[in-house]
Amino acid sequence: MTEITKDIVAEHGLTEDEYADVLSILGRTPNLTELGIFSVMWSEHCSYKSSKKWLKTLPTEAPWVICGPGENAGVIDIGDGQAAIFKMESHNHPSFIEPYQGAATGVGGIMRDVFTMGARPIANMNVLRFGRPDHPKTGHLVSGVVAGIAGYGNCMGVPTVGGETNFHASYDGNILVNAMTVGLADTDNIFYSAAAGIGNPVVYVGSKTGRDGIHGATMASAEFDDDSEEKRPTVQVGDPFTEKLLLEACLELMATDAIVAIQDMGAAGLTSSSFEMADKGGVGIELNLDHVPMREEGMSPYEIMLSESQERMLMVLKPGREEEARKIFEKWELDFSVIGKVTDTGRMVLTMKGEVAADLPVAPLADAAPEYDRPWIKTPPPTVLKGEDVPAPNDIGDVLLKLMGSSEIASRRWIWEQYDHMVMGDTIQRPGGDAAVVRVHGTQKALAITTDCTPRYCYADPEMGGAQAVAETWRNITATGGKPLAITDCMNFGNPQRPEIMGQFVGCINGMRRACKALDYPVISGNVSLYNETNGTGIYPTPAIGGVGLLADYTKMTTLAFKSEEDVVMLLGDLTGEMGQSIYLREIEGREDGAPPTVDLEKERKHGDYLREMIEKGLVTAAHDISDGGLGVALAEMAIAGNIGAEILLETALPAHAALFAEDQACYVITVKPDDVEMVRGFALAEDIPLHIIGTIGHTDLKIDGALTISVSKLKDVHANWLPGLMSRPGSE
Amino acid sequence: MKAAVIVFPASNCDRDLKVALTHSMGREPDMVWHGESELPDTDLIAIPGGFSYGDYLRAGAMAANSPIMREVVKRAEAGTPVLAICNGFQIATETGMLPGALLRNAGQKFVCRDVDLLVTSQNERFVGGFEQGEVVRFPVAHHDGNFYADEDKLNELEAEGQVAFRYVSPEGEQTGEANPNGSQNNIAGIYNKAGNVLGLMPHPERLISDELGGTDGKRFFDHLVNSIV
Repeated sequence: MTEITKDIVAEHGLTEDEYADVLSILGRTPNLTELGIFSVMWSEHCSYKSSKKWLKTLPTEAPWVICGPGENAGVIDIGDGQAAIFKMESHNHPSFIEPYQGAATGVGGIMRDVFTMGARPIANMNVLRFGRPDHPKTGHLVSGVVAGIAGYGNCMGVPTVGGETNFHASYDGNILVNAMTVGLADTDNIFYSAAAGIGNPVVYVGSKTGRDGIHGATMASAEFDDDSEEKRPTVQVGDPFTEKLLLEACLELMATDAIVAIQDMGAAGLTSSSFEMADKGGVGIELNLDHVPMREEGMSPYEIMLSESQERMLMVLKPGREEEARKIFEKWELDFSVIGKVTDTGRMVLTMKGEVAADLPVAPLADAAPEYDRPWIKTPPPTVLKGEDVPAPNDIGDVLLKLMGSSEIASRRWIWEQYDHMVMGDTIQRPGGDAAVVRVHGTQKALAITTDCTPRYCYADPEMGGAQAVAETWRNITATGGKPLAITDCMNFGNPQRPEIMGQFVGCINGMRRACKALDYPVISGNVSLYNETNGTGIYPTPAIGGVGLLADYTKMTTLAFKSEEDVVMLLGDLTGEMGQSIYLREIEGREDGAPPTVDLEKERKHGDYLREMIEKGLVTAAHDISDGGLGVALAEMAIAGNIGAEILLETALPAHAALFAEDQACYVITVKPDDVEMVRGFALAEDIPLHIIGTIGHTDLKIDGALTISVSKLKDVHANWLPGLMSRPGSE
Repeated sequence: MKAAVIVFPASNCDRDLKVALTHSMGREPDMVWHGESELPDTDLIAIPGGFSYGDYLRAGAMAANSPIMREVVKRAEAGTPVLAICNGFQIATETGMLPGALLRNAGQKFVCRDVDLLVTSQNERFVGGFEQGEVVRFPVAHHDGNFYADEDKLNELEAEGQVAFRYVSPEGEQTGEANPNGSQNNIAGIYNKAGNVLGLMPHPERLISDELGGTDGKRFFDHLVNSIV
C-alpha cells in the first residue's frame, strides 16, 4: 500500500491544516483512495471554500423560485404547471489545454445537470472569452472551442441560441468557456439528488468508466504555468451520441415513478455524486466497485472514484424497480448496473475484490469542508471621464465604422452559424439580437435567454461592474418584451489567495446583490471558477450572468431590427456622456481607463418596466438596449438588422462623441409607428419617464445630423467581415 | 393520409418533422423505432435529420443497416413516397435508394442558416405547390452536405431531371457564394429515377410559420399532403 507522505498530500492540493483535519475526522491515516476523495471533495471546485461566505449573501428567493442554488440546477415556475430549469458552468482550464474536447464536455456536463432534474434541455448559450485577437493562439482556440460546442450541442439536437464572445489580453493564457443550458419540466415531476430509503438500490447508468479526467476538479482549482499542456491527459473526452441516448433514457425512466434520487457524475465523478447524494439525504452508501462498468482492465479504486469519464449518472431507485429501469437503458444500448445500496450508517463504504477500499464518514467530510474568509482589499475607485476629458475625433463617421468592425462589436455570425440554433423548431429569435427567444413548445409562452458581462467594467470597479452585468441581462430580456425572472452566474476570477483578486470577487458579488434585489431577479444556480491565472497574472474579473425571462404571449415579442419606413425613433433614458472604460476609449484613444458608466438601478427598473408595458400593449416596433459602443453603435445595429436606414437628430449639450459613444446605462432605442407616438409619450409623461424623439426610419443610409452619413450596406460589411477575417489567418484552424 | 417517421438513436429532427406533418395532415404520423422490422401501413415514409449513431463511421452509414431500412427500401421500390431530410438524405444515399454521396462541407465547418433554393424539377407530388423556377427558402444545418456523384451519374441526374433543388442567390442565380457546402452543381436535393424518393439537405420542417421566419416549408408539406391524398 502506498505510504501517504507530505509530498503526496501536497500533490493532492491539500494544505497542512486541511490534512490535519483529515486525520482528526478519520482518527487514522487515510489510504490513497481516501486521500484522493478528500482531495476532490475539498477542492475549490467542489467545496467553494473561498467563495461560499460571499455567495451566501446573494438573494436566492422569489415567489416564482421553486429551487435555488444547491441542486444540479435552479428551478423557476413559469405557470401552467411548467418549470424552467437552468444553470451555467465553467470549463475554462480544460478548454485552454484541449479546446475542442474541453468545450464539448463543458456543454455535455451542463446539459446533464439540467436533464438530471427531469427537464428536457431546450436551449444552450455560452460565454466565451479569448485572448487578444492577434495573440498567436487565439485563432486556434476560437476555432477549437466553437467546433467543440457545435459538435456536442448539434448532435444532442438542442439549439445553441446565442451567447457572447469577447477578446482581451487578460485571457491570453487562460480563456473562459462557460456553458449554459435551459430546460423545461413539469413542476410535479422534478428530480432531486437526496438519497433516501435504507436498502434501496444505487444504480450506475450511462457510459463505462475509464481513466480519463482523473483529477479534473483539482486541475480546475490550480493556476496554470508553462507546463500546463502536459495536463492534456486530465481532459475528458466527450461522446454526444451516448449523451443523447442517456437523455432519452433518463426522460423515459422519469416518466415512471421508479426514481428516488438522481445525480449526474460531473466534476469528481463517482466520488462527488455519491457523497452529495448521501450527504443531502443524511444516509450512508455502500458501493461495490467490482460492479462499476469499466472501459479498461485493472482500474484501481482510486481511479474509479476519481475518473471524470463523461455521460454517466448515479440513481437511487425504489426497491423492486430495477428490471423495469434496466429494460429502458438496454433499449437505448447503455450500461446499467446496480452497484450498491443506501445504508443507515452515515458512512461511504467502498469495496472491491472483497476488500474495503475506503470507509469514510459522509457528514463530517462534507461539513468539515474548509471555508475561508480570505483577506481582501477594495479596488481603488477610478475617475469618472466625461466627454470633455476625451479628445473629439476628426471624423465621427470613421469612428463608427471603426467601432462596428472592432473585436468587441463585430458580428459573431461566424460563430453561431456553426451552432444548430433552430433544431426543436421553437427558436423565434435567433442569435444576434438582445436575447434569444425560444417558445415553450405547444404553448403561447416563450423564454427569453441572454448571457452578459462586461469584464473591463468589473476590473475598473468591481461593484459597478457586478451590478452592470446583472442589469444588462435584465435589459436584454426586457428589450424582447420578456419579464426577467432569475439568473444563473458563473464567477470567473483569478487566484483568491491574492487580496486584490479576492477584493474583485467581493466587489462583484456586492454589485450583483444590489442589482438582484433592486430588480427582483434572484440567483437560482451558479458556479465559481477561481485560479484563472497563468504565471501569476489573473484574468479580468468575469462574473458571467445568464438571465431567463418569460413572455406570456410570444406574438408580442420585439426584435432590434428597424422595421418600416416612417417609424419614429426614440431614446428611452438620458445620456450622461460618461466615457470611462468605453469601447470608444479603447479603440480610438488606445486607453483602458476611467470609471465604468454609472448604473442607477432605480432608473433601470423604471425604464425597463415602462418599455415592457409598451411592448405588451403592442406599441413598440423595435427595441434595443444601449451597451458596448453606445447609442451610435445601437442605431447602427438596428439599421443593419433591418437593412434600412434612419435619419437622426440629437438635441443634446454633450459633445457628439460622448453622446454617441458613451455606454450609458438604463437606456434603450425604440421605434414606434407614427400614429402611436402620442400614446407612447403620454404613458411616459404619466410615469415620469425620459423619452426623446430622435429621428425617423427610412432610406438606405444611417444619417446622424451634423455627425455622419454612412450607407447601411457599408456598416453591414465592416460589421460582418472582422471575425471571418481573423479566422482566415494562417494557423487559425 | 398516413405517414411514418423513422426514428434512429440520435435522430433529432424527428419531433420537428412530426409537428410539420401533423400541421399539414391534421393527424399525427406514426413514429417508428429503427429496431422494428415491420412498417405500418403508410402513404409516406419520412426519414428525419439528426446524428443517427452519432455520425460514427460515416454520416448515415450505420443507420442504413438498421432493420427497418430493409422495409423502407422495399416500400420505396414498390412506389411509396419517401422524404429524406438532411441525415435522412445521407442515410438514403448509404442504402442506395438515392445516388451519390454527401461529403464533408467544403468549408469543413457545420453550417446553420437559411438558404435560397431554386425549384428545378416538375415533380408534381413533391414540389407541385411551387412554381417551376421559384426561389424558396429553407434552412440548412449540417456538417456533411456536400453532394458528390461521379461524372456519369451527375450527367444522368441532370439529364433525367432528377435534381430537385439548387442553392441559389435570392435572385435565383447559381453562384458559388450561394452554395453553403460545395455541392456539385449547387445541388441541394435529388429524386431517385422513379421520382418517388426525395432527398434534400435543407429542412423544410423548420420554416412552417411566420414566427419561425418563413412559411415556405409549410407550403411544401401542405402540397405534399394534398398530392398524396
